[in-house]
Amino acid sequence: MLKTSAFEENLRARVGEANLHLASAGDAVSGVLPEFVAEPNDERQLAGILSLANEAGIAVVPRGSGTKLDWGNPPRRAQLILSTARLNRIVEHVWADLTVTVEAGCTLQSLQQTLGQHGQRLAFDGLWPERATIGGILSTNDSGALRLRFGALRDLIIGVTIALPDGTLASSGGKVVKNVAGYDLPKLVTGALGTLGIITRAVFRLHPLPRTAKTFSFSAENSADMQQLILAIQDSQLAHTSLQIRGAASELLAADILFEATDAGLAAQESQLRDLLGSARVEQSPGSIWDARQNLWNPPANSTLLGKISLLPTHIAKTFDFLKSLGNSRKVSWQIVLQATGIGMLWLEGDPDQLSAVVKQSRTELESRSGALVILHRPSELRAIDAWGNAGDSISLMRAVKHQLDPKSILNPGRFVGGI
Amino acid sequence: MDARIFQELRSIVGAHGLVSSPEELHTYECDGLTNFRVMPLAVLLPSDTQQVQAIVGVCHRERIPFVARGSGTGLSGGALPVENGIVISLARMNRILEMDLANARVVVEPGVINLDVTGRVQPYQYFYAPDPSSQSVCSIGGNVAENSGGAHCLKYGFTTTHVLGLEVVLPDGSLVHLGGKCLDMPGYDLMGVFVGSEGTLGIATKVTLRIVKRPECIRTLLAAFPGTNEAGAAVSDIIAAGMLPAAIEMMDNLAIQAAEAAVHPNYPDCGGLLLVELDGPVAEVEALMRDVDEICRKNGAWEVRLAKSDTERMLVWKGRKAAFAAMGRISPNYIVQDGVIPRTALPRVMSEIARLSEEAGIRVANVFHAGDGNLHPLVLYDRRIAGQEQAAESLSYRILELCLEAGGSITGEHGVGEEKKRMMSKMFAEPDLDTMQRVRCAFDPLQLSNPTKVFPTPRLCGEKPGEYVAHPLETAGVAERY
Repeated sequence: MLKTSAFEENLRARVGEANLHLASAGDAVSGVLPEFVAEPNDERQLAGILSLANEAGIAVVPRGSGTKLDWGNPPRRAQLILSTARLNRIVEHVWADLTVTVEAGCTLQSLQQTLGQHGQRLAFDGLWPERATIGGILSTNDSGALRLRFGALRDLIIGVTIALPDGTLASSGGKVVKNVAGYDLPKLVTGALGTLGIITRAVFRLHPLPRTAKTFSFSAENSADMQQLILAIQDSQLAHTSLQIRGAASELLAADILFEATDAGLAAQESQLRDLLGSARVEQSPGSIWDARQNLWNPPANSTLLGKISLLPTHIAKTFDFLKSLGNSRKVSWQIVLQATGIGMLWLEGDPDQLSAVVKQSRTELESRSGALVILHRPSELRAIDAWGNAGDSISLMRAVKHQLDPKSILNPGRFVGGI
Repeated sequence: MDARIFQELRSIVGAHGLVSSPEELHTYECDGLTNFRVMPLAVLLPSDTQQVQAIVGVCHRERIPFVARGSGTGLSGGALPVENGIVISLARMNRILEMDLANARVVVEPGVINLDVTGRVQPYQYFYAPDPSSQSVCSIGGNVAENSGGAHCLKYGFTTTHVLGLEVVLPDGSLVHLGGKCLDMPGYDLMGVFVGSEGTLGIATKVTLRIVKRPECIRTLLAAFPGTNEAGAAVSDIIAAGMLPAAIEMMDNLAIQAAEAAVHPNYPDCGGLLLVELDGPVAEVEALMRDVDEICRKNGAWEVRLAKSDTERMLVWKGRKAAFAAMGRISPNYIVQDGVIPRTALPRVMSEIARLSEEAGIRVANVFHAGDGNLHPLVLYDRRIAGQEQAAESLSYRILELCLEAGGSITGEHGVGEEKKRMMSKMFAEPDLDTMQRVRCAFDPLQLSNPTKVFPTPRLCGEKPGEYVAHPLETAGVAERY
């Protein structure tokens, strides 16, 4: 391809031999094999490469460490992987102000280790922290159990720098927690799957590490009882940090609740919890119980589909019952780890045709109750199913935003909602 | 305005929904920032979403700029009318549409007053967390536009944390739904962009809010320090001890005097007053309050007292929330600023403000949300004295520059609006502002929704050659085409 070879020459000149290599099978994105992988040294170089690709109309897939590279739809085209692996510095941890500026390629774990030295944390628990990068986590809008108390990354990010296809490096937000100057672009790029620009650095507000933490677990005979217990906890004056429900076709529903407090506060809350739960048995659990969401991913076989569900807390029982009967009739096994926020991870395993039917019916069910089901991982036979579902009546506005920032549609083309 | 268009607008809202007499229009010529005034052509008071759509549709067709207005309490001129434009007041759309306690959500129209949301859910032990000082009069629609904060956002977050879904009339009159009742609806977080966009991206006509369960107990402590530096050191130690209070407020002596004169909150007469509020389970709050008490004394507080009753606590807050208006007791005129600094820069910035104040011969009272570094310097002056107003304005802008030099922001909660748009190019580089304006072009390519606000130079969105029609802003010389 002539265009590509001219581009390759420019690219090589810009990024240097050492930071450019040909893509191999492991670099494929949902079955689409790109031609090159570039690893720029800094954000300026990254922006420069992006603008070269834009001029040549080369499709770019931004990549952190690639842990969630197959989330979203398969790309319509993918020629260049633009990696943030070398943008991995923690630029500034102003511990006295509880803020940190970090480059996109830094892993969550390495960030947390640095923050921990001053008794602080990014109050966020994402999947695979030892490998997942800040840029990737932001772009995919992953969130875990701490969201109930601290919000998702959209609520913790206070500033961002993005590289746009025309080579612009644009910042918005700032380095202070409270700031309403200008548009909140940190939120716009959080969850945009790298389709608007490439996040090169982010600024977060931090929280102190908890003094003491304790987890308790309890179970319920059926979904209606479990829902009642969850709603009762949410309606109580307990100050819990996390609350998750674990459900599977064959087992009782179990739930876990995390308290982070002083010793005195913890003892009082434990006894309040026991009062509130009445006859339900309450046991202390190890902190590793909070890995349940991540454990659903170990290891995804080719007959496995994983998805993110959004529902209202009052629809917990209905959703579990629906899955139970659908799973039975379709011979598909299922598991869910659902947070009390209404965000859950759904695991399905079965024959691809049956999986496809279960996804379709579950999505219709959830959407009819103002929720959603987004596919995160699926067997290769099911790549044609839309990952996102109904994007609502703002889809033309979303396309207009995309067109303003990436008019040639070179960033992750076709992977986002509505074919964006 | 063309009589035909005027008739058409009147037919949408009815004679009672249209204000056009000069006497009545005066009410709308400014918001809480009274030194900017513009007379609108007309004010429309729609009573439902369809009427808002119809009005905006006419504006779009006729290229008439419009400004949405809630209660008009904004402090940056966000609801200031624009030349040759109309004002759309959402005051009549003030119904609470739905209360869903089990899911902790409330759906409201934009004209609903902030405190009325809490009023509705209070019997069930819930509250709506964002609490700007004007909460008894300001509207949810205005809060959404400005991403309003308040004293308790230190712990609970800003308006944007509490908005889950929006129904929005776009500047072409079409209707979209952003976000929803559930979290993380597929697609871009356009709701996150809309909140805090100061009316420049359209008009919210329905808002889904998150409400919060009232904590088991709330305790408020007052600590009197010799000065703001000692109080500031105590704040840093509280944060360093790993606590996240519901609020930490600070007032200097001038602000204390003004509050005393206005509402008699019985504050100790000191150089730096700290108000620390903790909430949560009783055992937890009591354990932490002992730590706060100790930290305050260690940093030189000579009086530390806990509000003994809810009445006493409310009085403490009344003094704080009345602080801006109380300035009227000690000065004929004043400018409220809203800069933010990293908390650690407080001593440096405070002493610099004191120096500048002395140099200019203009008093500055200070009220801050100390926990998050949001300063509200109140620059006091007398308009009747020649040159004072100008000197006060230049001092207040100089204070914002100090905030920027310290790595902060020009606004923490009041918005940029008309007042601070020129400061935006000091805070952001050209590509930053340009990127924001590209987002704006996606929402409002004709720049009709609150144009001339927020950005120092409004940019017209690239239209295809041949379709060029001079925009009213262009002919008026306030914008240029790129």
